[in-house]
Amino acid sequence: MLRRRKFTEVLFKAVGLCSLALAIGTLALLFGALIVEGASRIDWQFLTSFPSRRATQAGILPALVGSSLIMLVTAVVGIPLGVAAAIYLEEYARRTWLTELIEVTVMNLAGVPSIIFGLLALGLFVYMLGLGASILTAGLTLALLILPVVIVTTREAIRAIPVQIREAAFALGATKWQTVSHHVLPYSSAGILTGIILALSRAIGETAPIVTIGALTFIAFLPPAPFTTEPPFMSFEWLMSPFTVMPIQMFAWVSRPGEDFAGNAAAAGLVLVCMTLAMNGLAIYVRYLMRKRVSW
Amino acid sequence: MNKSLAAVPEVIRISEPVIVEATARRRAQHRREQVIESGLFLAALMSVAATAAILAVLLWESLGFFKAVSLTDFLTDTLWTPLFDDARYGILPLLAGTVVTSLIGLLVAIPVGTVSAIYLSEFASSRLRELIKPALELLGAVPTVVYGYFALLVVTPTLQKLWPDLPGFNMLSPGIVIGIMILPLVISLSEDAMRAVPMVLREGSYATGATRLQTAWRVVVPAATSGLVAAYVLGVSRAVGETMVVAIAAGQNPNLTWNPMEPAATITAYIVQVALGDLPHGSIGYQSIFAAGLVLAVTTFAFNMFGHAMRKRFREVY
Amino acid sequence: MDVMELPRLESPEDRVWPKLLKAETRALSFSYGHRLALKNLSVPVEEYKITALIGPSGCGKSTFLRCFNRMHDLYPETRYQGEILLYPDNRNILARDVDPIEVRMRLAMVFQKPNPFPKSVYENVAYGLKVRGVTDRRILDEKVEQALRSAALWKEVKDRLSGLATSLSGGQQQRVCIARALATDPELLLLDEPTSALDPIATANIEELLLDLKQRVTILIVTHNMQQAARVSDWTAFMYLGELVEFGLTKQLFTNPSKKQTEDYITGRFG
Repeated sequence: MLRRRKFTEVLFKAVGLCSLALAIGTLALLFGALIVEGASRIDWQFLTSFPSRRATQAGILPALVGSSLIMLVTAVVGIPLGVAAAIYLEEYARRTWLTELIEVTVMNLAGVPSIIFGLLALGLFVYMLGLGASILTAGLTLALLILPVVIVTTREAIRAIPVQIREAAFALGATKWQTVSHHVLPYSSAGILTGIILALSRAIGETAPIVTIGALTFIAFLPPAPFTTEPPFMSFEWLMSPFTVMPIQMFAWVSRPGEDFAGNAAAAGLVLVCMTLAMNGLAIYVRYLMRKRVSW
Repeated sequence: MNKSLAAVPEVIRISEPVIVEATARRRAQHRREQVIESGLFLAALMSVAATAAILAVLLWESLGFFKAVSLTDFLTDTLWTPLFDDARYGILPLLAGTVVTSLIGLLVAIPVGTVSAIYLSEFASSRLRELIKPALELLGAVPTVVYGYFALLVVTPTLQKLWPDLPGFNMLSPGIVIGIMILPLVISLSEDAMRAVPMVLREGSYATGATRLQTAWRVVVPAATSGLVAAYVLGVSRAVGETMVVAIAAGQNPNLTWNPMEPAATITAYIVQVALGDLPHGSIGYQSIFAAGLVLAVTTFAFNMFGHAMRKRFREVY
Repeated sequence: MDVMELPRLESPEDRVWPKLLKAETRALSFSYGHRLALKNLSVPVEEYKITALIGPSGCGKSTFLRCFNRMHDLYPETRYQGEILLYPDNRNILARDVDPIEVRMRLAMVFQKPNPFPKSVYENVAYGLKVRGVTDRRILDEKVEQALRSAALWKEVKDRLSGLATSLSGGQQQRVCIARALATDPELLLLDEPTSALDPIATANIEELLLDLKQRVTILIVTHNMQQAARVSDWTAFMYLGELVEFGLTKQLFTNPSKKQTEDYITGRFG
């Protein structure tokens, strides 16, 4: 009897390990497939060319540029909004129905499928506000998409600060904002930064909302440069420019029949995955550094 | 006594102590603080605004759609061909596609996820856990379009070796990949639920001579039920909302069937297909994606609310 | 401080009562939520003396202390009743029209568990001044040194003012907190069980410090250690379940308490 119980236990452990192996193994398989099919395609020419009807000449330059510019807009809009909202919810909000409502909507937004954000952008930004299928629209959409992530991770980082620190500041005569800006934010900055990096790494891989807005899948030009040679040396034309992004470029190539384009898709996917993993790795590293620095 | 105290100079007073009233400087500071608080409050309202905007846009455009198409037709017609000359607007084919792919995903994610979670929570050493958790996090961080590539160009060919009749576009392959995609979520939530079960319950079971497996199965899992249900429900919500994997690997032709070996379109894939094409703003084809989106939003909203309610109840118990 | 300005109090039962007050509570009650934590407390605080609050756990001594600098305002559903008068203003600092920040600018508090900011020693001690808008580096340097000397810490840290305050020992951290409180020249220093988290040597150091500090600052100290109250304080208030049981000269209260409850507590029959 005991032997049979032990046997079941060993069996289960094996099954458990296998399940985990299945999950992790898929990651390896995925990565492996991308490398096998796509690594050979990645070279300087691939990174600096425009898409082309001829697979071997195609490149991801406009996608890289588009992704970078959109990340810029997303960060500039989404991060301050998210951090400010989190500060309000943690430090200022009282337990009223309005606060409850805000918290419920944050939780809800976190679970909304990304394509619905695309529909929102299409109806509101593209048509009603007339912003068109532009980098600005994409940036705003992704900013809304990552808003719940930024809010939740910032709140967690802020909550980790013990109440004694706040009380010490208040007892010395500090106002709420002084306590937040002199103490709460600086001490939670590492945690907030981790959350921001994770949010941006998610945004960079989002395809559905960007497709819905109307990103181009075949683009032969780059958005106008942000810097000009004559004063005032800064231009904002690029905000209204049509664009494409990395995941869409991969999507476009995957949808095209033919071996060559499959190789391109794999290469684009590899670049994209590397960018995502690098950002996630950075976030994990920041989290590790933070654990060593501040002690209560 | 410390000699340093003897050298303390005469106290220099900085504050004007006599009157306990707000000085002019304090009043200005107070006003500045109120402005800051208002700004932070507006930022917090953005999430309410975004939710309201989503509802407004979906409802507004759907309203236009439902002026032309009756609700009964929408819910009961078996063909979805809005772009044909003889357009039909039954959502059932899209729903079928969504349901089949999500179900397959669940069939993969629930067993694998639960077993993995039990293993991680009850059996694995903390070192193993430290290694596995980041790996699972990375699995969940991979962009969905890459999973789509995986489904079309790796999983489907592999499945075709088993079933040579399997078409290039089918629902089985993306279903499986969706299952793997939601694994990290299901595992993480299930593991949280199980770890929240207090040690005392386990100890009670061990004390009667039960093995780890028996304890896990008979005590921990039942105790964590509402947490596990929440994990599954939230996983399903993710699966239903998934777009790129199905758009790439399931084909984009609506097909009312329950057979996973056939190609089909989900609600999400349909929206992508229309967005890729050229549809004049305000046309019924354009409005149809909002109607489809409305169905999707309502479904995922219902799942999410239920899942979160389960989680809250679970946390209250423990 | 002109002796004429401070009120002389007639004691209700013709017992010994402090003459020159820095502060005083009159029928102070406090509740949070539905719970009445403090009931009808009338306690005087004599200037340039140490007044101790003793009583068993949960009797409300810390709650009482935190009314003085309106710390309870930071939390929801809290209500004050009665008055706390601050002299020489003769104003009720619990009044609605009094800004709690103004009150906190004039009082200072040291907490039970040392809570220095995870910043340098210098930045910790200077923080109160920073909040008051002092930016002149020379004044800051001077005040920081002065405060650290007053806290008997200057010699130990003067060569590492820019080091993290959290890397000091527990006793040193608490003295940083004391210096931080003193840097702003408070009129009343509130101490909430300041040595309960420290070892005996650190405790002794701080008690010595307090005896010296009282020449310049009025001190109100909560302690659950009766011997400490007997060692350092001039006046003692014994509280039980949110009420004032007895108040008097420390020497008298400990050797000849007038209430049986006080005697029971002091002799260890409960608490």
